[in-house]
Amino acid sequence: MATEAANGAEHAEEGGLVFHPMDQFIVKPLFGDGPVGMFTITNVTLWMALTILCIFALLVLGSSSRSLVPGRIQSIAELAYGFIRKMVEDVAGKDALPYFPYIMTLFMFIVFSNFLGLLPGSFTTTSHIGVTAVLAMAVFLTVTILGFVKHGAGFLSLFWISAAPLPLRPILALIEVISYFVRPVSHSIRLAGNMMAGHAVIKVFAAFAPMILISAGIGLVVTPLSIVAITAIYALEMLVAFIQAYVFTILTCVYLKDALHPHH
Amino acid sequence: MEGDVVQMGAYIGAGLACTGMGGAAVGVGHVVGNFLSGALRNPSAAGGQTATMFIGIAFSEALGIFSFLVALLLMFAV
Amino acid sequence: MASETHETVSACVDNTGGAVGMPQLCPDWMGNQIFWLVVTLIVIFFILSRLALPRIAAVLAERQGTITNDLAAAEDLKAKASEAEEAYNKALADARAEAQNIIAATKADIKAELDEATAKADAEIAAKAAEGEKKISEIRASAMESVKDVAEATAKELVAVLGIKADDKTISNAVQTRVKG
Repeated sequence: MATEAANGAEHAEEGGLVFHPMDQFIVKPLFGDGPVGMFTITNVTLWMALTILCIFALLVLGSSSRSLVPGRIQSIAELAYGFIRKMVEDVAGKDALPYFPYIMTLFMFIVFSNFLGLLPGSFTTTSHIGVTAVLAMAVFLTVTILGFVKHGAGFLSLFWISAAPLPLRPILALIEVISYFVRPVSHSIRLAGNMMAGHAVIKVFAAFAPMILISAGIGLVVTPLSIVAITAIYALEMLVAFIQAYVFTILTCVYLKDALHPHH
Repeated sequence: MEGDVVQMGAYIGAGLACTGMGGAAVGVGHVVGNFLSGALRNPSAAGGQTATMFIGIAFSEALGIFSFLVALLLMFAV
Repeated sequence: MASETHETVSACVDNTGGAVGMPQLCPDWMGNQIFWLVVTLIVIFFILSRLALPRIAAVLAERQGTITNDLAAAEDLKAKASEAEEAYNKALADARAEAQNIIAATKADIKAELDEATAKADAEIAAKAAEGEKKISEIRASAMESVKDVAEATAKELVAVLGIKADDKTISNAVQTRVKG
């Protein structure tokens, strides 16, 4: 894949195939062609607004009937609610429940961005490291500040593992500190990387699909293969879209547990 | 000509970085396989450990994504 | 997707509209994304915490309450039903016992009546038998008397016919002893 993508970088039209695996991630203004400033209304704005609309439709309009026997949409809304609430309770403990709306916000935003990004021709907001880095930093800062507010300097005992033998503790503490500060990096890159990788792979296969127009002989083999591959990768991406949202949320819960109960 | 050599190196490096994804694949397979064998031995305890499995998958998969990212950086950003 | 020709408005887009390098790392767009992301997150947070979550929580709590109430009501009804069954069984047993009593009393009454009637009948029969006995013995006595009279008369006539003189007393005594013998 590396070489095809490399061709795309230079927009080399080798054999008539065009590879632009990265063009789908371009941010551009919705109205006009001006430069993208901080407050410009761009496709980021559009797809984030659609995310809000979907969440509103599911969680607010879906549950507006407040019926005792839920309909389809209300069932999904209740399922999502129960799913995240149970996760917060199981992983982070009962005293983490006040932070449930915050975690629910993260989960709903990520899951809907991921799924909306799978629509053909759409823009995936969560595939941008800038977006996921903000999400991860928000979690990191929240957890760190919360830990210090709740436990003061006692929060530092998270790094001082009292179960280990004394000579090992400083080394372990160093490792723990490093891994603590790597958390937001891996947290954000995991999500963005997964999204970007899947979409780029789909695009590369999509670039192979019109091969039959160029050379009937090779195309007869390559075109069906690439279409099958697109379908397979798309199915995998559906799974990944949910699992990454789940993983992001559950890791948030794990970090939150560390802040609330720093003593192992 | 000199720039071409640099670019060649970057592309070779990108290709080499992609081998790291194989390691992530092995790691994820290992996690899920071991979870499955444990779950088949003691199915009643499996349900509570699914979240742990996903965390393990996420950690080992992240490393594969990092190598993929390095490949992308070498191709597009260097 | 970005095939239309653009002016070069950003360092990250070339003049055919394609991406230069990775769009994710373009510094020109970071501010825009972060701004809209923060706006989106705040909007979602308020939608969730003000509208959606309390409503869903209320619906779930209400359903839980209804289910609990219904279960309690069902438990109540069940208890009532078993109570009613118990009362029914008790009434049935009472009725049976009473019927048993009535039957026994009636049987005793009938027996007493029957005994009385039997005793009365026995007494009557005994009285009648005694009367019959008496009548029979009377009849027998009068028959004896008649036989004696007839025998006396017959003996007197026979004696008279034979020509023997005999007084009535002697004849009567002789007949008497014969009849008795």
